[in-house]
Amino acid sequence: MSPGSSIRISLKINGRNHEFTATACDTLLDVLRDKLGMTGTKKGCDMGACGACTVLAEGRRIKSCLALAASCDGRSITTIEGVGTVDKLHQLQAAFVRHDALQCGYCTPGQIMSGLALLEEKPADLEAIREGMSGNLCRCGAYPNIIAAIAEVAGL
Amino acid sequence: MSGPLFQYGRAATVHDALIRASKPGAAYLAGGTDLLQLWKSGAMTPAAVVDISRLPLDEVELIGGELSLGALARLSDVASHPDVIRNHPLIAEAILASASGQIRNMATVGGNLLQRTRCPYFRNEQLACNKRKPGSGCGALSGENRQAALFGTSSSCVATHASDLAVALAALDAEVEVFGSEGERRFSLRDLYRPPGETPERETNLAPGELITGVHVPNATRFAACSTYLKIRDRASFEFAVVSVAAALQIENGKIVQARLAAGGVAPLPWRLDSTEAALVGHPLNARAIAAAGDLAVEHARPLAQNGFKVALLRNAMIRALQTLGRRP
Repeated sequence: MSPGSSIRISLKINGRNHEFTATACDTLLDVLRDKLGMTGTKKGCDMGACGACTVLAEGRRIKSCLALAASCDGRSITTIEGVGTVDKLHQLQAAFVRHDALQCGYCTPGQIMSGLALLEEKPADLEAIREGMSGNLCRCGAYPNIIAAIAEVAGL
Repeated sequence: MSGPLFQYGRAATVHDALIRASKPGAAYLAGGTDLLQLWKSGAMTPAAVVDISRLPLDEVELIGGELSLGALARLSDVASHPDVIRNHPLIAEAILASASGQIRNMATVGGNLLQRTRCPYFRNEQLACNKRKPGSGCGALSGENRQAALFGTSSSCVATHASDLAVALAALDAEVEVFGSEGERRFSLRDLYRPPGETPERETNLAPGELITGVHVPNATRFAACSTYLKIRDRASFEFAVVSVAAALQIENGKIVQARLAAGGVAPLPWRLDSTEAALVGHPLNARAIAAAGDLAVEHARPLAQNGFKVALLRNAMIRALQTLGRRP
């Protein structure tokens, strides 16, 4: 197959099947945003450093900017669009609102997705939450409130 | 920001992977966490990506006292595996000190061992780097070299190897299992890596296309009760080591009978400290032995203009790691 030619890819995103074509070089992040119009997942550094692009693949948090879409073919993906609704927020989203865990909000979808996966890992204490969230940067510096929101949902 | 377009193909079997990788410009893709960064920064320009991520090489198992890690086992799965935690906590500790939760869910054992250096001259295609572009010179030698190596360097390259896992595995005498056109072979992880010499672009002793299929760690449990991984970095988490130390001891009747010491962030490969180990054996783990080990660990260090602080840092990291082991029951 020549470089740039199209590859058929199927993904199950937030419980719904999507079939589309992409090039070999398209990342999962670019496909979500540009092909499928799911712009909730953010592009920050595009180099795996900031975590704004965090999604769940088969329930595990990953950085979608470092995943080739072709390599994810057939996988089940959860994005921020699959978490809560405007009328009924997920309890972690509600905790972010209560704790004022954002300012500009650009990193928030990634923080929420990463936080959801971290909650599944059952962090033992606040230090484990801080360490477990180190893959998500917040340029506004809302870290204490982000940690507090996750801690509340974790029951810590 | 991204590099030139590449082809994509998924390997159905290990054999299929070798065939696909035999074409010029082919690169293996496992977790992709390093390859994608390298491609986006222009440091690597693969013509074709061979996706090996679905090959059945992700088992972690303990067989006859030997711990085997499949090359495609995810770092997070290795670090949380009961056999790893019980028998080789040093491995779990080194992994949990690496990268972030998201990256550890993607990155694999084999990919971690073969990750490329974080030297900024290698990662920026505008700058001189003999490793990325042979003959272009080493920008770090007389430029920004705070991160550069103390040992094993040459006049053509002073870059460090960035893996924490490799440091722990080198200390534990791990072996790598590889598969290539000549079949399967198995050798010490220490022999996987090549010092830069005049050919820094050749980092390993793998033949072109040869694939790491697994890592084996002998003598499970020998060091389980007395090992530690100390990582010193510029921020508390999600950062590469400035200096790291993997230390494992076996102490009987108050005396050290076995010592395994390796350092990270200070050499182009995981840096095993054989003479420091030898000096500890036969002695009790007391302040005198620990201080001597700190001094020996930095013997022959060759700092550059900006990384001299790493000499004191390595000496102190060695001392602190051994003190930590001394406090274990």
